[in-house]
Amino acid sequence: MLLQQIINGIVVGSVYSLTAMGATLVYSILRILDISNAGAYALGAYIGLFSYIATSNLLLSFFIGMLAMGIWGILVQKFLYLPLLGKSPLISLITSIGLFIFLGDFIRLWAGPQMKAFPSDLKLPFSGIKTENLTIVGAWLLVLLITAVLLFTLWYLITKTKIGLAWRATAQDLEIAKAMGINVNVVVAFNFFLGYSFAASAGIMIGILYNYVSPTMGEVPAYKMLAIIVLGGLGNPVGAVVAAMLIGLIETLIGGYIGFFLPRDSIAFIAVILILLIKPQGLFVRKNISS
Amino acid sequence: MYEVVVAINVGIFIILALSVNIITGYVGQPTLGHAAFFGIGAYASAILTGRYGVPFLLALPLSSLISGFIGTLLGLASLRVRDDFLAITTIGINFVVVAIFQYVPYFGASFGLSVCPAYIFGIKMNYIGYLYLTIFLILLIIFFLKKLERSWFGLAMGGIRNDEGAAASIGIDIKKYKIIAFILGTAIAGIAGCIYAHYMTFISSVDFAFLTSITILSMAMVGGSGTIRGPIIGAIFLGLAPEVFRFAMEYRMLIYGALLVLTMRFQPEGLLGERSYLWMTIKKLFRETKDIKEIESGAKDGNS
Repeated sequence: MLLQQIINGIVVGSVYSLTAMGATLVYSILRILDISNAGAYALGAYIGLFSYIATSNLLLSFFIGMLAMGIWGILVQKFLYLPLLGKSPLISLITSIGLFIFLGDFIRLWAGPQMKAFPSDLKLPFSGIKTENLTIVGAWLLVLLITAVLLFTLWYLITKTKIGLAWRATAQDLEIAKAMGINVNVVVAFNFFLGYSFAASAGIMIGILYNYVSPTMGEVPAYKMLAIIVLGGLGNPVGAVVAAMLIGLIETLIGGYIGFFLPRDSIAFIAVILILLIKPQGLFVRKNISS
Repeated sequence: MYEVVVAINVGIFIILALSVNIITGYVGQPTLGHAAFFGIGAYASAILTGRYGVPFLLALPLSSLISGFIGTLLGLASLRVRDDFLAITTIGINFVVVAIFQYVPYFGASFGLSVCPAYIFGIKMNYIGYLYLTIFLILLIIFFLKKLERSWFGLAMGGIRNDEGAAASIGIDIKKYKIIAFILGTAIAGIAGCIYAHYMTFISSVDFAFLTSITILSMAMVGGSGTIRGPIIGAIFLGLAPEVFRFAMEYRMLIYGALLVLTMRFQPEGLLGERSYLWMTIKKLFRETKDIKEIESGAKDGNS
């Protein structure tokens, strides 16, 4: 039973970590709390669903959803966030909330307000594992595998490649990186491409896991991902993964064992408020805080 | 009647936008959970008048006090948790407060609370009465804020907003002013909540959710935070937008989102902020007419 709950928690946590990774990447470079990332999460889920209905190829629809949202991310940073750089962070926050409201309503008008589900004969690459007291559904395995692949790709890109080096330099100090001859515009665009496509993959995964997508599906992740990036020390990708797993586990364990008079989604925030009051810089402080 | 209802709604949002402006505009502290205090005021007044028979005129200041008291706790937290971390903490507080309203039976849980009508000196308040009360309170708050802006207190708060470190170095007690700003802002939000509860006669947790906080903050920011005219204009502009676009009912939220994005993108100071295009134009117009008058009078003097 405990093992089952822990596995549930890890599955939930890995979806959270992908959801939060998009916003974490954006924060690490531009120091913007990017709520509209959750809009890309919902829109990506819809694009994934529609391309699955059209092609009935799951991997291809993941790819289409991620690509489309990645390009959307590049457009968003170019036309909205870069011009607002250097203004008060509240201004870009309100902009991103406006964009989030816009996207949610756009989805409602485009695809209709009702929930939609993936076809019931969804072809998953794995069947599940089922023993006497442990059930792991095929969809869970898929989620774990895709999360692992994407996070590994991200880790490889950031630590082993040249653009990763440029990314790390820009995350430390955008101005100095620019002065050192790094093409910051390319780095920021690359960063948004990754961030938004990660959000899309998380949206598609949630769509498969809970078997529905809806125009409002981005609302809870929008706030929860903020909680996660804060706990992870704002813009620290490794911290965000750990924080996401932690919140996934706390939610499932408290929900499953102790039972709590408040709903599951508020547990994450109570944890965040308590942790922030004790450690005001989050759990995983970046070593290279420039300001 | 319809116009009166819209006017009361806009009036309540003007009070809210002015109150959040004390915290974000004057002292520069991000707060994304202001609706929580709006809700605390509303629930406090509903429970005080409904269960304990407190008269409305006494419940109004009391609910403001309760809201301000909880706001003090947030103010204390703001000394420790800063900037983006503070923004997230306030979002969290909003969620927790709404969850408590929604799940604790004392607050009516998911059924909400019905609020008994308000009596002032034995006369039952009608919509017109609420409109007058709201306008009276707005004028009172504006008068108070004008006084505040011109006082040492206002200058100190501006100093903290511009540069906390510099303000501290010239001996401004940052902690004190920050906490006072939080108390004032949340207490005024409590007043708005009290009026809202009695005028709606029914409240539920949804009315005070995160989206409401965003609406309030957007009003202050879109109008131009840090000024008094800004939040008022912002509340009127965004408060009337849903009514004006009623013909485009289907697209209301789409238009609302687009309005937020476009205003912030092209006019980050807010529509009537200190250096906004509109405000500069207005100032210029007045200055030009003044200049022309001066030149004319000067020319007359020269001729005579």
